[in-house]
Amino acid sequence: MTYQNKFHNHNSPLQGAGAADHATLSGQFNKDEARVNWHDETLWWIRQKRDKAAHNIPEWEQLRETASQIKNNVLSNLSEYLAQFEDQVTMNGAIVHWAADAKEHNEIILSIIKQHNETRLVKSKSMLTEECHLNEHLKANGIEVIDTDLGERIVQLANEPPSHIVLPCIHWKKEEIGELFHQQLGTPEGNADPQFLTHAARLHLREKFLTRKIAITGVNFAIAETGEFVVCTNEGNADMGAHLADIHIACMGIEKIIPQRKHLGVFLRLLARSATGQPVTTYSSHFKKPRNHQKLHIVLVDNGRSKQLGREDFRNSLKCIRCAACFNTCPVYRRSGGHSYHTAIAGPIGSILAPNLDMKQYADLPFASTLCGSCSNVCPVKIDIHQQLYKWRQVLVQQGHAPVSKKIAMKGMAVTLSNPSLYKTAGKAGRWFVKHLSFITNNKLNPWYKQREMPEAPRQSFSEWYKRNKKGKPPAPKGE
Amino acid sequence: MSVSNNTQTSNAPLGDGGKNWANDGSRNAILSAIKNNQPQNSSLPVIENYPQPFTDVAEKYKTVLESIGGAVHEIKNYDEAINIINEQFKGAARIITVNETFASIAELYQSGKDAHLLEDVDVAIINAHFGIAENGSVWITENIIKERVLPFICQHLVVLLDKKNIVPTMHDAYNLIGDKDYGFATFIAGPSKTADIEQSLVLGAHGPKTMTVFLLHAE
Repeated sequence: MTYQNKFHNHNSPLQGAGAADHATLSGQFNKDEARVNWHDETLWWIRQKRDKAAHNIPEWEQLRETASQIKNNVLSNLSEYLAQFEDQVTMNGAIVHWAADAKEHNEIILSIIKQHNETRLVKSKSMLTEECHLNEHLKANGIEVIDTDLGERIVQLANEPPSHIVLPCIHWKKEEIGELFHQQLGTPEGNADPQFLTHAARLHLREKFLTRKIAITGVNFAIAETGEFVVCTNEGNADMGAHLADIHIACMGIEKIIPQRKHLGVFLRLLARSATGQPVTTYSSHFKKPRNHQKLHIVLVDNGRSKQLGREDFRNSLKCIRCAACFNTCPVYRRSGGHSYHTAIAGPIGSILAPNLDMKQYADLPFASTLCGSCSNVCPVKIDIHQQLYKWRQVLVQQGHAPVSKKIAMKGMAVTLSNPSLYKTAGKAGRWFVKHLSFITNNKLNPWYKQREMPEAPRQSFSEWYKRNKKGKPPAPKGE
Repeated sequence: MSVSNNTQTSNAPLGDGGKNWANDGSRNAILSAIKNNQPQNSSLPVIENYPQPFTDVAEKYKTVLESIGGAVHEIKNYDEAINIINEQFKGAARIITVNETFASIAELYQSGKDAHLLEDVDVAIINAHFGIAENGSVWITENIIKERVLPFICQHLVVLLDKKNIVPTMHDAYNLIGDKDYGFATFIAGPSKTADIEQSLVLGAHGPKTMTVFLLHAE
């Protein structure tokens, strides 16, 4: 399959959001069984690396608890910490901007670029800018954005959004990347060696680092006490961009604040181990003041976060440090792929963040889970992800946003369960249908039958069995 | 709108330290929404001093750094390091250093030049404040590397570290850092790397392809 075919299959799920739900988009991903198996096994392998790294730290569970408590403190004092951060940043000689929503975030960045008369920039990984659709906004205004994280550059060349927040092109095979690079970067046809392709990207992107005057980065942690912020990468792309640019723009959600520098010790011990099983990312860079003659802008973005803070059941989703451990462990994510979530942050955490932004558009996501709880078990800041998924389902149903097929089924279920004789009759009929006319359930119209075999129907219900046994009658003979 | 660095436009003061910029409205609205919605105070935990399962911090440092693609040499004096560098980077066209001890084999970095001129550096030799055993990283601040981009833009990175200056964990690291001031500082743990193509590990993504640490223990 060439990358063009692939692109058409995935056709911009973000832009088409609302049109197709998680089940439909997963169905598209599931057409290629070999790819799904590879995706599933690779992410599980990363989950195992995470386990190994965690088990090497005797105090791992205490670290998780400490991180969780620090984040609880942050949420309970967020307005004070943000004001403190702003004061410190200003004293450090950098400039703070406040954006109420994605639109304002994009406008602020565009205005900075225009003030400096620039039309090109490099950008390292920032899920916030994905959430705000910054690239699309800048492109529409004639600004060229080059994503410099290798995985992000690959999906950008293919005109796709990332499918995973740490591993943006985990859904791509090396042969497809070889073909993409052949067409877009002029590498030799048929060369799919990761070493070779990475080197080609290194040369391609080095030229961009050396010629672009504006660099945008994300922020992993921002310290209220000192006004500095930390950016973690393995590739070194955030540093190459920021240290060579005249203007550095760092974009952060308001929840990235932590109180003190020493708290980084806790979070940096947890982040990379949870994400990929590494003891720490190659670079954990602390940006405090601009270089001589450099401008440093920090854009603080709300975009629904202050609202989420007010939802008691859901506020602690804001503790997330974006490690993606919940993605890698999730049996649904591993088999449905990131694009099936049709939102910038996929996986279990994305499914509890997205409905806050738009309940109608993302009503399907809290249902894209088995509620197995593995996400909560691996979360380094102890977010109760699976419980929030369950709670979102209730909120969505109450607010009238449940998916239509579920609404009909639930209504039928409610009538049946509240009427004992109807329940008995329905049960009998069901067992008879499954036994004698199995095609009624085993068909493409029944979403439950996808990738499943229906179980053999029991001959009798529990209540029938109980009646016979209670009266001392033997159970129905075999082969009845 | 065309603005050079020092020009001010009608509503956009660009000078350093100019607090907020044309959008005070959103600032106050955001902060008051947060204040209204934030829960009751939850107190900060104490960060404990966790005992580590290893006792030899230098040995642990070495094992971890090698496991993430770095190389470690224990040396008794800088001459040993010079010999190894000469051997290992025989064909290097441009070796640059910020440490005068290495001026015989490398160009001594002059501050104040355009950072882009470092683009062709093959090997950079720098000092580190201290290393961290649990993750193989070293702590570097702007004042000891002179130019922020230096340890990232070079093809190979050589770091000098005193064997005495290795601490067990990141908590110890931040105890040492304390409230020291810097413009920029970073932990570097091994060569730059990526596994974005099918999870195949490749050393040398955008930064150095190798990282060599010399652990100095003078007799």
